[in-house]
Amino acid sequence: MNKKIIYEIKGLYRDDFRVTGFEFGEGEKSVCIVGSSRGNEVQQIYCCSRLIQKMKQLEAEGRILPGHKILIIPSVNPYSVNIQKRFWSTDNTDINRMFPGYNLGETTQRIADGVFREIKDYKYGIQFTSFYMPGDFVPHVRYMDEGYTKREDAEKFGLKYIVERTVRPYDTATLNYNWQVWDTVAFSLYTDTTEHISGTGAGQAVLAVMNFLANNGIIKYDAVGTKKSRTIKDTELVSVRTSESGFYEPIVKAGEEVKTGQALANIIDPYEGYIRETLYAPVEGIVFFQHNAPLTYANTAVIKIIEN
Amino acid sequence: MIEVVTSVGLPIDEKLMIRKNRIQPEGGNPDNMKRISIVTGIHGDELEGQYVCYELQRRIRENIDKLTGTVDIYPAMNPLGIDSITRGIPAFDLDMNRLFPGNIDGNMTEYLAAGIIEDVSGSDLVLDIHASNIYLTEIPQIRINELHADNLIPYAKLANVDFIWVHGASTVLEATFAHSLNSIGTPTLVVEMGVGMRLTREYGNQLVDGIFRLMKELGIWQGDVIGVRTPIISDNPDDVCYLNATASGLFVPEVKHGAKLEEGGLIGRIVDPLGGEVLDEVRSPINGILFTIRDYPIVDEGSLMGRILKEEVCSCE
Repeated sequence: MNKKIIYEIKGLYRDDFRVTGFEFGEGEKSVCIVGSSRGNEVQQIYCCSRLIQKMKQLEAEGRILPGHKILIIPSVNPYSVNIQKRFWSTDNTDINRMFPGYNLGETTQRIADGVFREIKDYKYGIQFTSFYMPGDFVPHVRYMDEGYTKREDAEKFGLKYIVERTVRPYDTATLNYNWQVWDTVAFSLYTDTTEHISGTGAGQAVLAVMNFLANNGIIKYDAVGTKKSRTIKDTELVSVRTSESGFYEPIVKAGEEVKTGQALANIIDPYEGYIRETLYAPVEGIVFFQHNAPLTYANTAVIKIIEN
Repeated sequence: MIEVVTSVGLPIDEKLMIRKNRIQPEGGNPDNMKRISIVTGIHGDELEGQYVCYELQRRIRENIDKLTGTVDIYPAMNPLGIDSITRGIPAFDLDMNRLFPGNIDGNMTEYLAAGIIEDVSGSDLVLDIHASNIYLTEIPQIRINELHADNLIPYAKLANVDFIWVHGASTVLEATFAHSLNSIGTPTLVVEMGVGMRLTREYGNQLVDGIFRLMKELGIWQGDVIGVRTPIISDNPDDVCYLNATASGLFVPEVKHGAKLEEGGLIGRIVDPLGGEVLDEVRSPINGILFTIRDYPIVDEGSLMGRILKEEVCSCE
């Protein structure tokens, strides 16, 4: 393992800002894995730490195949993690909206540029990412429908679900999108949580990456093999929306099978305790996403279902 | 008349309301009148437009008999943000100016955005007033996407601003309020002036003069208006020079906003208050006008400290 500083800025009163990377193996730039880019993405760093442990073991046992280099960057934004703020500490900009970056630009553009220069030439790119709303997901891998990344590659993670994402204007400044523009086959890996640690979720993420590396001939590992995952477009996910705000009382969990008409959650009046609204499953399927904050707003897609 | 444009219930005993004040002359058929919409407060920490909303109404009321059209004033597109000194929408941490045109069937923020667009669309002219951010002070200017330049520059020239900046099209900017309205044929000017969290009355008064001039042009105002200043127009990215900090430290300016600079002239210093040293001397790389200057003194490496407009562009008008 080679620990190295990918990018550094001198701090005024804080310790210097450092993006640290961990390299395994030698040879062509095969796979780069990036953890958190935002200050609340704790699970994403945890997944990387578990992955680094595993890669150390594989390297010691000679199971990284010759000619392959793997780079893991647990966090491109430690400053924000340390002050528990989601975006950049001073100007609140999002590093994951600054790619490919600009070396003469503003601070987060420079960070994006410094990181991207190091990681843009990898054949495969995997980012542990998070959803903008608080909630629990069924672990899955996502790719953008631009044609650069293929479903067959996504199936190598051996995960049950793959989501094909329709590109939106703001996606064009994300790491995933720009990786593709520079010919990297790019994926976003969603584990079950973001702001708290899930050991099982991290285990699943590590396993998925191991499968991907083994199925691409980068490591020796007893992988599940390329699995026929179910691929859905993000536009096909069935959203269940609140029409009332209040306390959010989930009845089912992410990953649970539900029947049409089954009660999924209640919205409770926060002062008098009566049920303002019960949300019912409009279709039969799997609960793919479940809101997990104590309060909800009206007009919010609190549950997403994959229809059977 | 104050009207609720769109609203949504919050979890605990509160309703989020976006409101406007519609001012019309007494009598006459409102359907035949031209309409101008003054919009501000999409970013909750930008307050320069608040004064414009007040001052415009004050002056209209003094001569209400001169009003011959509809003036819609939307002072707070992001009321929760204004209340909590938050640029984005609190709780969601989303930039509201990346949510348009919204979606009436979407989440709370998209729903509000869609309601706003529905209400504002159809105006004969819209001004979306911003105040830079809390870091930078700007001279009164209008920013125009090159895609809509032909349609908007004639209006922008009447707005009494000092500078019209035509910038390149960007995919990311397609989700802004102005782009969404311009794309559906409602001409919308983006005004940037002053600095976040503060009022610059001089700039506010200057823009109000410009709004009356535009209202006159549209047939909404029959009263006297002043002659507006001729703005500098730039549509070439090379006209503007950016000053980014080479070190993290305290930026201490040596010149004032709007200063005429000569190549090599001292703009300020980045100093280290801990070690007592000068980390960098910030000098002008060109002859020009300092049309943006940093107001918030702490800088990180890369932070923008100012923008300079090339002398040739300033003098050609």
